[in-house]
Amino acid sequence: MAETLSGIGVSPGVAAGPVAKMAPPPVVPTDVKPSGDAETENRAAMDAMRAVAHSLEERASRAPGEAASVLAAQAMMAEDPTLASKVTDGVQAGKAAVTAVVEAFGDFRDMLLAAGPYMAERVADLDDLRNRTVATLLGVPMPGVPDPGHPFVLIALDLAPADTATLDAERVRAIITEEGGPTSHTAILAKSLGIPAVVTVHGATGIAEGETVLVDGTEGTVAVAPDEATVQQALEAEQAKLAALKAVSGPGRTSDGHPVQLLVNIAGDKDLATAAAADSEGVGLFRTEFLFLDRPNAPTLEEQQAVYQRVFDAFEGRKVVVRTLDAGADKPLEFVTMPDEPNPALGVRGLRTSRRHPELLEDQLTAVAGAAGASKAEVWVMAPMVSTKAEAAAFAEQVRGHGLASGGVMVEVPAAAIRARHVALACDFMSIGTNDLSQYTYAADRMAGELADLLDAWQPALLELVRLTAEAGKAHGRPVGVCGEAASDPLLALVFVGLGVTSLSMAPVSIPAVRAALATHTLAECRGLATVALEAEDGRAARAAVRDATRG
Amino acid sequence: MPERRVVVGSKVGLHARPAAMFVQAAAKQPVKVTIAKTGGDPVDARSILSVLALDARGGDEVVLAADGDGADQALDELAALVARDLDSEG
Repeated sequence: MAETLSGIGVSPGVAAGPVAKMAPPPVVPTDVKPSGDAETENRAAMDAMRAVAHSLEERASRAPGEAASVLAAQAMMAEDPTLASKVTDGVQAGKAAVTAVVEAFGDFRDMLLAAGPYMAERVADLDDLRNRTVATLLGVPMPGVPDPGHPFVLIALDLAPADTATLDAERVRAIITEEGGPTSHTAILAKSLGIPAVVTVHGATGIAEGETVLVDGTEGTVAVAPDEATVQQALEAEQAKLAALKAVSGPGRTSDGHPVQLLVNIAGDKDLATAAAADSEGVGLFRTEFLFLDRPNAPTLEEQQAVYQRVFDAFEGRKVVVRTLDAGADKPLEFVTMPDEPNPALGVRGLRTSRRHPELLEDQLTAVAGAAGASKAEVWVMAPMVSTKAEAAAFAEQVRGHGLASGGVMVEVPAAAIRARHVALACDFMSIGTNDLSQYTYAADRMAGELADLLDAWQPALLELVRLTAEAGKAHGRPVGVCGEAASDPLLALVFVGLGVTSLSMAPVSIPAVRAALATHTLAECRGLATVALEAEDGRAARAAVRDATRG
Repeated sequence: MPERRVVVGSKVGLHARPAAMFVQAAAKQPVKVTIAKTGGDPVDARSILSVLALDARGGDEVVLAADGDGADQALDELAALVARDLDSEG
């Protein structure tokens, strides 16, 4: 009899396959006794490092573009002559191979960390390399994303950004994590790759290696050892659903013709072609952090303008909402972020950065305006982490001062939502970032997996703030969008529209299901669903009640 | 010992791709080359981790040094590479 586990579905779709589990990092035993033979210890250490380098090179040769260069760079580290000589020094001083390896890696780790926070990714690469070398020496399962040589369903405790570069979307049919949350890296990655995913599945890591599972990323369920007929039926139903989604196209609208702009979120200029090819009315959130991350100084005006130009040209004739630099908190920048903020999520981040570094925002707006002037896209600009009317007014004025037509604000801080009537008057549009708005409303760190229930975008307190913002927008004739991941949940999208939201921005893969949901409900029905959700006592109840109402 | 002083041309500094290109080129030389920031301790130019830990940024001056047959040619080649803006090429 098949057992079904449940969690939170964070990336839609149905898939089945054999399980491959991500092994945890090896535990380095503290009581390793060196054999006393330095030559044997050294040979073991060198063999392990060479084996790790070879396996990385082999994977690099099979990986696509970006992932290949990440793996190749990591292989170079594994073959580093200075690292090798540090290990040799260690074993010659009488240490066991594994101890010498851990210490040599530790030395470089300290040196890289001392160089600055933008080295964080290299440090993560180095840690991964150390874990692989140690696992090889100890003969325990290799940590990191498994590579069984056939398509599989990945089960992990949670995925770190470092794991994601090497994830092969062609091989991973679905992702299940024991921890994580709706806004975790796992969720964002899975959605961007279009891989079905379920997070916070209790008991997931207990499923046996190689066992078949059937994953439903929409419902948030994982069936363990399902019979073949069940799998067949589920996959066929999914195919039929996909075909039905493809049948609806064009601008988003409710069944009675009320328009709702469907837009895509983009975070760089890498997957521009895919994003531009999606059936959307433009970009609702163009994150610009990627231009500033992992470097010791800010990009030049020319460098920025060239990137903005590429994005605007790809979306010629459509709307592109640029979000100005959102540094700080979980995205520290070497040249901006204060090193020892006691509470970075509540610190100098988002628009607040311009209090200390007005030149960064000024340069960015100059570059955006330059690119906008030379393109045929409809360019809007918004600031992250706005809290007051005064901030909104100053920003909108600065945007217009650069000759740009439309300056708006992100509503992520509860203060901005509560005073939305005033904020709306001061700027041209508002866009609700549900991830940060829920973290600040519920005082729950968005990366804290065990608080996932509080971070649920269905939570009525969050929906109340969306309602306040949307009503203020309507009263003053300002568009109000939702650009958090929550907009990609078709049921919740109906609720947002019912609350008065005028545009929804999401990963390109999520658009067809949202469009299809809108096309089968009137605006009045959406308003009814919004009332049902607001009346519920918590997020889980809100979702269940809205689901029942749409079925009735 | 022959030396070359050269200003890092890549805006991102000797990090990421420019660092990898530099280290690969150093590994191809017939002599051992060291690299240091002006006034700092020299490290093996074939060691990607040491080069990254140098934290040489765009506009910083670095000192390349080598000894033995072919040292001058190796230094010229590597100095020219460091001076280029590697990150904006290709």
